[in-house]
Amino acid sequence: MTDTLLSLSGVHTHIGPYHILQGVDLEVPEGGVTVLLGRNGAGKTTTLRTIMGLWSASQGEVRFEDHAITRLDTPEISRRGIAFVPEDMGIFTDLTVEENMILAAANGPIDTKRLQWIKELFPPIGTFWDASAGTLSGGQKQMLSVARAIIEPRRLILIDEPTKGLAPAIIKAMTDALRELKETDTTILLVEQNFAMASNIGDTVAVMDDGRIIHSGSMQELVNDAALQEKLMGLSLEAHQ
Amino acid sequence: MSDTAIKPRIEKVPVKEQFFQKLPVLLVPFLAIAGLAAIGNPASWLTLTVAGLAMGMMIFIMASGLTVVFGLMDVINFGHGAFVAVGAFVGFTVLAWLAGWTASPSVMLNLAAVLAAILAAMLVTGLLGYAFERVIVMPVYGEHLKQILVTMGGLIVAQQMIYVVWGPDELHISRPEALQGSLVIGEAAIEKYRLVAVGIGLALFLAMRHILKNTKVGLLVRAGVENGEMVEALGYRIRRLFLIVFMTGSALAGLGGVMWGLYQETITAHMGSEIMVLVFIVVIIGGLGSVEGCFIGALLVGLLANYTAFLAPKVALISTIALMVVILMWRPQGLYPVVKAK
Repeated sequence: MTDTLLSLSGVHTHIGPYHILQGVDLEVPEGGVTVLLGRNGAGKTTTLRTIMGLWSASQGEVRFEDHAITRLDTPEISRRGIAFVPEDMGIFTDLTVEENMILAAANGPIDTKRLQWIKELFPPIGTFWDASAGTLSGGQKQMLSVARAIIEPRRLILIDEPTKGLAPAIIKAMTDALRELKETDTTILLVEQNFAMASNIGDTVAVMDDGRIIHSGSMQELVNDAALQEKLMGLSLEAHQ
Repeated sequence: MSDTAIKPRIEKVPVKEQFFQKLPVLLVPFLAIAGLAAIGNPASWLTLTVAGLAMGMMIFIMASGLTVVFGLMDVINFGHGAFVAVGAFVGFTVLAWLAGWTASPSVMLNLAAVLAAILAAMLVTGLLGYAFERVIVMPVYGEHLKQILVTMGGLIVAQQMIYVVWGPDELHISRPEALQGSLVIGEAAIEKYRLVAVGIGLALFLAMRHILKNTKVGLLVRAGVENGEMVEALGYRIRRLFLIVFMTGSALAGLGGVMWGLYQETITAHMGSEIMVLVFIVVIIGGLGSVEGCFIGALLVGLLANYTAFLAPKVALISTIALMVVILMWRPQGLYPVVKAK
């Protein structure tokens, strides 16, 4: 049985007067890709931001590598080995691609071997190394955002809708890159609305609704069960294709 | 991922837009040329231009910390003027202790006295900035109205402390021998001190640009101004960075206070709050959070204030506010608006 890398138990999160997460229980096994599915407003982004400490859990516990991280601040959570690729990509548009990568290497100078691997994974990173990040296209910014997250070895990467608003060719490129990343023993928790893409690279899946996890299991099981898809998401995989 | 999967392409910025982006830089020479045309006499124009640049540089020194503090943490610090006043008084005290050096005919001793006054002022105001941030600013992060109230309260407390330590009267501060008098170039007389102020301001601006562009701390500040949350998610403690920036900004205000005091040759407990009107105008003109914008805004304000004081003294009082209104009508977020992620 695979070890659990990250677990959330009974996590509640309030944002102002709104009670967004209402007792999230989630386990992310070590290695592979866990996909968090759910309709808009289900609480997927809030779950990632709560894990990252950007919003505080009002109740419950988040554990990473068997240590409670619920009350740690965001920089400390990052330093424990969790990287975050937010939905808006979080690119520093006033900085160049190189400067974005230098900042992402928080523990010291950039490892040149690793950078070479990233440039092969995402060719535009090398092509536009000296360019201002603000001038990149949407797909290139998304690649930079993921590249930043992996410039140093990480135990877990939280990625929030990396294919949102991207052209099909870029989505395919991003899927290929995440699949290659998966081979490096990096665990990925991926929020995705594109079920076709999610089912392509996901190993395990959790489905959210109304601030709770309403289903979790293997991705293969969900892909093979159209009735379960219909029940959980109102749409079957076939309908997405 | 293969190269063929995606054809790398970059969005070209049109030439017209590039020109529009660079346009604010041209405002300073444009204003100087307009000033020459309006004044007519080149000697008077040169004297006024150097005076304007010196005034602008000193305002920039005082304003640069304020604009970065706002950009980085959205903190509106109305107490910034306290550091200007405290800096001036500490500088005055050091210059009084070193009266023998300032009265000496030796240029080196004169400059050493000024340097000692500047270093002491920056040290004291930097430490005061630390206390100010921890006690007054930290509890009100994210609450603008409270920030205005408590930082103004902090300013009043600082002014009263100046009364306690140095008394309620205004003090006269003499420039060292070497910085007194003027250089005569043709028919123009240029005060030596103003040239020194231009030199220090320019050196500071270039140093700040170098730090912001070429060091990791500078990158962090620029990134933090745009998206502080993401900086934290990358593993950096932005509040620690902010504290460093706040202390540096306070120390620069202290430096500005010494220089402004030597420029005016009179210091009062209220000098900080009085100069803050110009400082805020410069920060707004430049674009909140922008060091380059702050620099250009300060030079524009300095030049315009001196030209109008010569050409139409009655208009001088409103000229800088009129400049702010015109620039905000042209660019509502200032000359170089800082892109914020949220």
